[in-house]
Amino acid sequence: MSTKLKLIGVDVASFGDPFANGEGITSVAINDTNKGVYKRINISADGKTLLGGILVGDAEQYNMLLQTLKNKVVLPPNPEDIILGSRGGEEVAGAGITGLPDDALICSCEAVTKGMICNSVTENNCETVDAIKKCTKAGTGCGGCVPMIKDLVTHTLKANGKIVHNVLCEHFNYSRQELFDLVKINKLKTYDEVLNMFGKGDGCELCKPPVASILASLWNEIILKKGNDTAQDSNDRFLANIQKGGTYSVVPRIPGGEITPDKLIVIGQVAKKYNLYTKITGGQRIDLFGAHLSDLPNIWEELIDAGFESGHAYGKSLRTVKSCVGSTWCRFGLHDSVSFAIKVEERYRGLRSPHKLKGGVSGCIRECAEAQSKDFGIIATEKGWNLYVCGNGGSKPQHALLLATDIDEETCIKYLDRFLMFYVKTADPLTRTATWLNKMEGGIGYLKTVVIDDALGMNTQWEADMANHVDTYECEWKAAIETPELRKRFSHFVNAPEEKDPSAKFEPMREQVKAKDWK
Amino acid sequence: MIAEATTTTWFYACNVQDVPLNGGVCVKYNDVQIALFHFSRRNEWYATQNECPHRMQMALSRGMIGTLGEEPKVACPFHKKTFSLKTGECLNSDECAIKIYPVKIEDGKVFIGVE
Repeated sequence: MSTKLKLIGVDVASFGDPFANGEGITSVAINDTNKGVYKRINISADGKTLLGGILVGDAEQYNMLLQTLKNKVVLPPNPEDIILGSRGGEEVAGAGITGLPDDALICSCEAVTKGMICNSVTENNCETVDAIKKCTKAGTGCGGCVPMIKDLVTHTLKANGKIVHNVLCEHFNYSRQELFDLVKINKLKTYDEVLNMFGKGDGCELCKPPVASILASLWNEIILKKGNDTAQDSNDRFLANIQKGGTYSVVPRIPGGEITPDKLIVIGQVAKKYNLYTKITGGQRIDLFGAHLSDLPNIWEELIDAGFESGHAYGKSLRTVKSCVGSTWCRFGLHDSVSFAIKVEERYRGLRSPHKLKGGVSGCIRECAEAQSKDFGIIATEKGWNLYVCGNGGSKPQHALLLATDIDEETCIKYLDRFLMFYVKTADPLTRTATWLNKMEGGIGYLKTVVIDDALGMNTQWEADMANHVDTYECEWKAAIETPELRKRFSHFVNAPEEKDPSAKFEPMREQVKAKDWK
Repeated sequence: MIAEATTTTWFYACNVQDVPLNGGVCVKYNDVQIALFHFSRRNEWYATQNECPHRMQMALSRGMIGTLGEEPKVACPFHKKTFSLKTGECLNSDECAIKIYPVKIEDGKVFIGVE
């Protein structure tokens, strides 16, 4: 019997067998009469499983302890950590997929739990994401959980003693990191060159986007260069996000979320002219939905004329650096967070990476920019800036961790250059920084030694790589509209370029339009 | 077989260079949308219906092509359902098969066969 009560303002809970005793059974108890807290856990003879316990005065850990008990989660080497929290030393990464209980919901579209997925690996020999999809239906809805499924398969196979070589797909017997180095050393510039030299067969939708991303990260050439255009994922190929009905959304960059009234008017005029649905995004910019493929170059021509540039919302690359208004207006602001956000966003715009990148800059600890939920977050302090890394929202939200304290702008950018290049070089495809860090041996402690103390001796190289990225950046939409053979690709019918797709249908909603629902 | 051959009409779709290498375009034939692919790496041409049967979206021509083993395939840009370019069969889930069309090239011109 497990339960949690509140008795005259005191939290009380008991779970499992609160008084377990017997041969070899041990218990850990803390008695803090100062705070009025008593906690006890009972541990099996082999020290591996939790048998039960009592919490008085502080029952916050009840749910976690109950899950540990019910799911027979193996206890850490120092079982007292589960009631005391880990103390001293650097925090090690224990978060992420391995720490989840079996009943954690992985695919919420099809209601598939971690246990069901791991079981089909062990019991039904499902060793690929596709096999899991067929067996459990997990990942067949929105597909947002597919990277987690992949991790679970890998993890379970490893736990079952099978050797897992983390390769891209049947065409490349290399991991992304291995391929990144091979492409760099051999100075390969096109997907076909990479496939000819290091792959086999004719490629597929699994290896084309990561290889195209590696090429873009390394050489920063226009991603629609002949030969690489059709290796891009569909959104990158048309420099826009495909939406229901087959029309696209358009997101101009609005660095730091700062925009002039004149530019706002242009966005409004363009939206009216092309009958686009407008919405403010989570990243402080404006998304225009419902653009026909053949309208995209015309829309961008007008936006670029007004001083806009691509926002790369379609790419696995830097999205936005969100900012609060900062010291220019806010009575609490310590530094000018908007100016710093713009500087950072313009530095890393267009940087192709294993997954999307988001940043934030807050002018004080109130954290209105929510920087700690970003891949990198910068928060003003009295003495400078605190730099946080590897946070994300998404299906498994995770707070960013503190990398450096009270640093000046220059140091902050230097650390960011190194951090981002380390990530771009080593992460698996479609792996956000948070997951990348969760899988990293040594966690944030190790990341600090690499980024701050140059433990890998790579920092000079990474800073030079980033400087090269900044120098060679150009807006790919500008290139697309100015190059006739690229512009020609933006039409629905090859044999009737002036005609729009008649199957793209809209319905009215709140004085705007929405895509007609699909079946 | 003879009856089949006599009912196939070949219509001119576009020129070879109008189709990106290892990619696709959408061809309009009356009210029908056909996805045409130039799998240049294999020196092969394929044509299928443009509509993905999963969510009824006119999008296959914008998908990435590749192979599964020896089987040439296209992946829908929406949810990455994959279909054989040879048979039209869905390769990674239970969607119904897509219609396929024959393609021939004459003097740099692409013709698609319809019934």
